[in-house]
Amino acid sequence: MAVLTAIFTAGFYAATAWLVYGLARKIVQYWRTPAPLKIPTMPAPLNTGGVAMRLAREVVLFESLFKSNKWIWLFGWMFHVALLLAMLRHLRYFTEPVWTWVVLVQPFGTYAGFAMLAGLGALWFRRIFVERIRYISGPSDHLMLVLLLAITASGLAMRYVARTDIVALKSFILGLIRFDWQPMPADPILMAHLALVIALMAVFPFSKLLHAPGLFFSPGRNQADSAREKRHLAPWAAKLEAGGE
Amino acid sequence: MGDYKVPELSEFTEIPALQDGSMSHSSPFVAGPEYQEPLGFPGELVEDWHDKAIGRFGDLLTKSRALRVYLDSCVRCGACTDKCHYFLGTGDPKNMPVARQDLMRKVYRRHFTFAGKWLPWLVGAEDLTEEVLDDWYSYFHQCSQCRRCSVYCPYGIDTAEISMAARDIMDHIGKGQKYCNEIIAKVHTVGNNLGLKGPALANTLEGLEEDIEDETGVKVRLPLDEKGADILLVTPSADFFAEPHVDGLMGYAKVFHQAGVSWTISSYASEAANFAMFIGSYEQMREVALRIRKAALDLGVKRLVFGECGHAWRVAYSFLNTLAGPWDFLDQNYPIPQHICEFTNDLIEQGALKFDKSANDHMTLTFHDSCNVARATRMGNKPGGQFEIPRAIARAVCNNFVDMAPETIREGTYCCGGGGGLLTDDLMELRVKGAKPRMDALNQVVQNDGVTHMIAICAICKSQFSKVFPEYGMEMDQVVSLHQLVGNAIILDGQETDGEINDETEDGAAPAETEE
Repeated sequence: MAVLTAIFTAGFYAATAWLVYGLARKIVQYWRTPAPLKIPTMPAPLNTGGVAMRLAREVVLFESLFKSNKWIWLFGWMFHVALLLAMLRHLRYFTEPVWTWVVLVQPFGTYAGFAMLAGLGALWFRRIFVERIRYISGPSDHLMLVLLLAITASGLAMRYVARTDIVALKSFILGLIRFDWQPMPADPILMAHLALVIALMAVFPFSKLLHAPGLFFSPGRNQADSAREKRHLAPWAAKLEAGGE
Repeated sequence: MGDYKVPELSEFTEIPALQDGSMSHSSPFVAGPEYQEPLGFPGELVEDWHDKAIGRFGDLLTKSRALRVYLDSCVRCGACTDKCHYFLGTGDPKNMPVARQDLMRKVYRRHFTFAGKWLPWLVGAEDLTEEVLDDWYSYFHQCSQCRRCSVYCPYGIDTAEISMAARDIMDHIGKGQKYCNEIIAKVHTVGNNLGLKGPALANTLEGLEEDIEDETGVKVRLPLDEKGADILLVTPSADFFAEPHVDGLMGYAKVFHQAGVSWTISSYASEAANFAMFIGSYEQMREVALRIRKAALDLGVKRLVFGECGHAWRVAYSFLNTLAGPWDFLDQNYPIPQHICEFTNDLIEQGALKFDKSANDHMTLTFHDSCNVARATRMGNKPGGQFEIPRAIARAVCNNFVDMAPETIREGTYCCGGGGGLLTDDLMELRVKGAKPRMDALNQVVQNDGVTHMIAICAICKSQFSKVFPEYGMEMDQVVSLHQLVGNAIILDGQETDGEINDETEDGAAPAETEE
C-alpha cells in the first residue's frame, strides 16, 4: 500500500515538474527566437486586436481546419471540446469545497468522455483507412491516439462500469496538493488511468502536443499585416545592418 | 525530360491516388562553381557536407522562429494533404505539404529533439544521409512556396518557410540550384535577372515609346534614369521584352502619362524580382533590395511604385521596409512602396481616367490571383484589397469578366506551377503537371462562360502560362497582363481616334465612373 502511494505520489510530482520545465523551456525558446520577416498568412488583421481575434478563432473554432476539411474539423473539434469539458469536470477532485461552476459543468463533463471516444476513434479510423493520412502517419501518431483512447476508456469505465472509490481518490489528490500525503486507492482501473495521465504529462513537451503553445507563436497567425507602416527588424538583422556595408 | 503525359483536365480537381516516387526523378540542374561562388556559397558539395548542413540547420533554428515552431507543431492531421497543386498534379505523396516538411522534420528530430535522439524509430527521426539529401534537392524544388497549404493548416505551418530553409542549407554545402543562383548573381552585377544592360534597356524603352505613338498618336514617354522624377518604377525585367508582360509595361506608361506624373525606370535597379527569397537567403535578398534604395536615393525620387509581379510584390510589400528601410526620405503621403494596381485604382476611383471598355470586347476575361500577391501581401487599406483592387480595375476596363470557382481563387488560389524559382526548362514536367488545378478551373469557365483570356499580375505566372497553355491545347497569348487591358482601353488626351471609337468613348467612359 505504502509503495503504491509512494510510486504515484512521486510520479505525479515528477510528471508535473517535467511538464512545467519542458513547456517553459519550449515557450522561452519560441519567445527568444526572432522572426526576421513579416510573414502573416494574408489576408491578415491590421493590428494586434485583430490578431488576438484571429488567434481566438483558431483556438476556439479551429477556423483554418474548418476551411480545410470538414471531417477532420468535426472529429478534431469534438475531441478537443470534450477534452476541455472532461478536464474541467475533473477539477472537482482538486478543490474543496467544489467551485459552483465546476458543479454546473459536471453533467456535461460526464458525457464528454463519449464524445472524446467518438472523436478519437474517428480520427484513428481516418489515420488507418485514408490513404494519404496513412502515408504520413508514424508509430508515434498511432501511439498518441492509443494513449488518449486508453485514458478516456479507463475514465469512462470508472464512471459507468466499475465505480472507483472517489472519496479516497479525492483525498489522495488533495493530499498531493497540500503535501499531506494520503493513501492511493488500489483500484487497477484507477491505477491504469492515472499512470497513463502521468505518461501523457511526460510526453507533452517533447512531442507533437507542442502544437498547443506552437499556435500562439506561429508567425503565419500571430503577426499583424503592418509591414509598410512599421519597420520590423530582428536583432540579428540589425547587427547585420550595422556591420555590413 | 519530355517523356511524360500531360494530365487530362477534369471538371473538379480530384485528389489523385498516391503514386510513390512518381516525381523522384524531377530535379533542377545543380549550380556549378561559376554560379555558386559569386554568392559566397561553396562551388561544389563540400567534403564534410553532413556536419556543415547540420551546423547551418542549427543556425537557422536560432534565427527563425517560424522554422522552429513549424517543425515542432505539426500533428499530421492531414488537412494539407490535398492542398498542394504539385501533389494534385502528380500524385507523388512527397508532394503533400506535410510529407515534404517531414523530409526536413525527420532530420530536425534526429539532431535537435530529445525524442529523436533517443527513440528515432518511434518518432520517425532520420539522419541526413545522401539519399535524404537527394530527396531534399528533388522535393524542395517541387515546392513553389505559394503558401496555399499554410492557409489550411490549423497552426499556419508554411511549407514555404521550410523549403526556403532547406534550400539555404543546401546552398551552404555547395548544392545550390543553377537557375536561381545564376539569376541572383546577374542582378548583383548588371541589375536585372536578364542581364539586360543600360544601353540595351534604353533602346528597348525607346522602341516602346515609338510603338505607343504609332498606335495612339500620343507621345508617351518611358524615361530611364531621369533624376528628379517623382516616381521610381521598379518592375520585373520580363516586362521589358516578354509577351504579354511588355504590353503591361506600356499600360503603366499610359497610366503615368495620363495621370501627369513624372516617373522613371532605373537601369541600376531594373528588376523588381528578388530570387533570393526563393533560396531563403536574407543576406542575398537584402543585397538585391538595397539596389532599389540606392537607385531611389541617386535619382532623388519621392515615391516607389512596383509593376505586376507576384513574389516581387511580396518582397516589396512585406519585406522592403525591413530589408532596405527606413524609407524616411520618400513622400510619406503615399504608401511605400505602392503597387501599380493601387496607383491605377486610385485614379479610377477619382474618375481621373477615361476608358473605352469596348476595346477589350473581343475577350471574355477571368482573373488568376497570383499566389504571392494573394497570400503574402495586401493592396489598399483593407485586408483582401489584393483580391478586390485588381478585379475592380478589370471591371473598369472590360465588359466581360467572370470569376473562376471560388475555392480556386482569392486566398485559395492555385499557384501557376512555375513560382518559387521553378520557372526553368529543366523542370518542365513539374510545371506542366503543377498547372493542372489552375487549368481545371480555367477550363470550366472556358466551357461554361466562354472565357477566352486569363488575366495575371505576375511575371512568372505570365511566362508560365504562355509556356503551359499550348501543352493543354490553348494558345500562349490567352494569358494577358492586367495593365495590357488598361492600356487597350485607356483614352489618352489628344489620342487620335476615328469617329466611331470616339462615340463609344463617351458611352464607355460613363459607366467606369459610376460603377461601384
